Amino acid sequence: MIEIVSAERCVACDKCVLACPTNVFDRGPGGVPVVARQEDCQTCYMCEAYCPVDALFVAPHTHPLPAGSPLREEPEVAGAGLLGSYRERIGWGRGRVPGARLAVGPDLDRAGPAPAAGRAPAGPARGARD
Amino acid sequence: MKETTREELRLTADVLVAGGGPAGAWAAVKAAEAGASVVLADKGYCGSSGATAAAGTGVWYVPPREDLREEAMAAREGLGGHLADRGWMARVLDQTWENMHEVAAISRYPFPVDASGEQVRRGLQGPEYMRRMRVRAKRAGVLVLDHSPVLELLVTGDGTVAGAAGHRRQEGRPFRVRAGAVVLATGGCAFLSRALGCDVDTGDGYLMAAEAGAAMSGMEFSNAYAIAPAFTSVTKTAYYSFATFYHADGTVLEGAGSRRGRSVIGRTLLAEGTVLCRLDRAGEEQRRAMRLGQPNFFLPFDRLGIDPFTEMFPVTLLAEGTVRGTGGIRLTGADCATGVPGLYAAGDAATRELICGGFTGGGSHNAAWAMSSGTWAGRGAAAFARSLGAAAHARPARPVGGAGLRPTGRTWAPGGHREVVAAVQAEVLPYDKNQLRDGAVLAPALDSLHGTWRRLREALSGAGGEAVRAREAAAMAATARWMYTAALARQETRGMHKRLDHPRQVDPAWRRRLVTGGLDETWSVPEPGPATSARTPLEVTA
Repeated sequence: MIEIVSAERCVACDKCVLACPTNVFDRGPGGVPVVARQEDCQTCYMCEAYCPVDALFVAPHTHPLPAGSPLREEPEVAGAGLLGSYRERIGWGRGRVPGARLAVGPDLDRAGPAPAAGRAPAGPARGARD
Repeated sequence: MKETTREELRLTADVLVAGGGPAGAWAAVKAAEAGASVVLADKGYCGSSGATAAAGTGVWYVPPREDLREEAMAAREGLGGHLADRGWMARVLDQTWENMHEVAAISRYPFPVDASGEQVRRGLQGPEYMRRMRVRAKRAGVLVLDHSPVLELLVTGDGTVAGAAGHRRQEGRPFRVRAGAVVLATGGCAFLSRALGCDVDTGDGYLMAAEAGAAMSGMEFSNAYAIAPAFTSVTKTAYYSFATFYHADGTVLEGAGSRRGRSVIGRTLLAEGTVLCRLDRAGEEQRRAMRLGQPNFFLPFDRLGIDPFTEMFPVTLLAEGTVRGTGGIRLTGADCATGVPGLYAAGDAATRELICGGFTGGGSHNAAWAMSSGTWAGRGAAAFARSLGAAAHARPARPVGGAGLRPTGRTWAPGGHREVVAAVQAEVLPYDKNQLRDGAVLAPALDSLHGTWRRLREALSGAGGEAVRAREAAAMAATARWMYTAALARQETRGMHKRLDHPRQVDPAWRRRLVTGGLDETWSVPEPGPATSARTPLEVTA
């Protein structure tokens, strides 16, 4: 779900207010949009794609993160190179090659053999927590 | 074209398109190119809204060579339970070939180029494709209304659809479009499951069509579930063909898979609570290609700091309902007419049985169907509007929305839609009800849904934005009841509809599509004749 609107980066263009398909944002008093209806966020990442200044961050979780979670903190997310990372991957933004131009996926029928039954995991399972 | 009152935005158009995903965008473009004035109203934003925009999709794009086309059509007939129609398949392949050329030539979509310099047109990136479709619609003269969910149809005394009414949610006021014809391209219904991009797909068009007198078809084929990392939204099941699935203790989960074996994942999630996964069947080159092919697939992993190729991660199954099922509004003509004069349907709002039977298994067919059916519905609606002449907008018409808009009894306090949504989700999301189907489970589930419908019909309503939510809740309840009415009626296993209590196909008489409908009373009856490849039940014209 949407977790970060960077007031520092935002240029108050309202693009996210318009582009969010589930109408999560409202215009804020100072021009910076506010997350007015986080529970309606469907975690589709489209707002990030449409933000021209990489001011938004959608955490991958389909529920709000608890206070203190690093994915709610702008310095941590920016430091990890995650702000604007989706827009970069799809090649939106001046001077970038559109991701569509490079989008040739693997042949889905050519998966390698399954590991032998009963093989132990390579490490502890990682994942989003409830 | 524009005439505004303070309270309500009033517009007239030859064609109103409800929904701005690929089917709606193509319908709007083709209606406009046929000379119609067009309004397109989307619940969200035309360009980002719907199951396609947020994702990437393959396209059922096959060169016009007889052997290749034959192979493409034959490949899915068995999986679909022989309910598809060769006539419709052939014309979808023709239309898709043409439209993909337009995506390249007119929208200048940046397709990849192979070593010989040929464009590779087997897939589309959702954001890029839909951004360009929006531009094309606007350049064709389409008036696009974003954040404007359509709530109900306007119908004349003789039962002809003559427009629709809705709510401009960012302006907080109603709107009304008087139109010569309406195209419903509102998507399928995924019951707010959080499957990628699907929360706008709440079955709204099904309910509106039924209120105007249309029927559904194939609603039993509505139990698609997609694989996603647990607690996330990214459903890209195709890439799990490179996965091995594991129990929580790290031992291999035998029989689990993305193609066959999704029910094993469902059963294990029910029994053990956890299924782990690792994409350990992808080589170096394949891993690189996956990142380029579907960048959004990696969003959850990159943001959680998981390497999905070497580390195990928990997965879940998200309901995709009729979005990746094949049921929807029944079509009665090659122009995507619905049997209700002035009403057309396209994309996931319409049944996709005509090209897939009871199984899709991937986005390619749905993408091809969206652009093809959108094209035909747009042209069909434009032709219908033209046939009405100048008097079209003078016809008296009344709004026909019922459930969620015009309760029959004492109304609930605001927020009643939440209770309805929770009650519907409790019957359609659980794997042991919808994925693993059994008559003994479906029957009480349907009873419960009927009870929910009776209560909401009497008491659910809302003003302004609350009306939108009330209608979504009502549409989900209606959709769920049609799904289970059809699922109980089809007492066999066919396509994706697998009945534990009827695991086989024993009676050839079941090789028919089921027509389903009704509002306060639901019903499901087989089409009069069998669906066969040789037979083309609808006259197909160029």
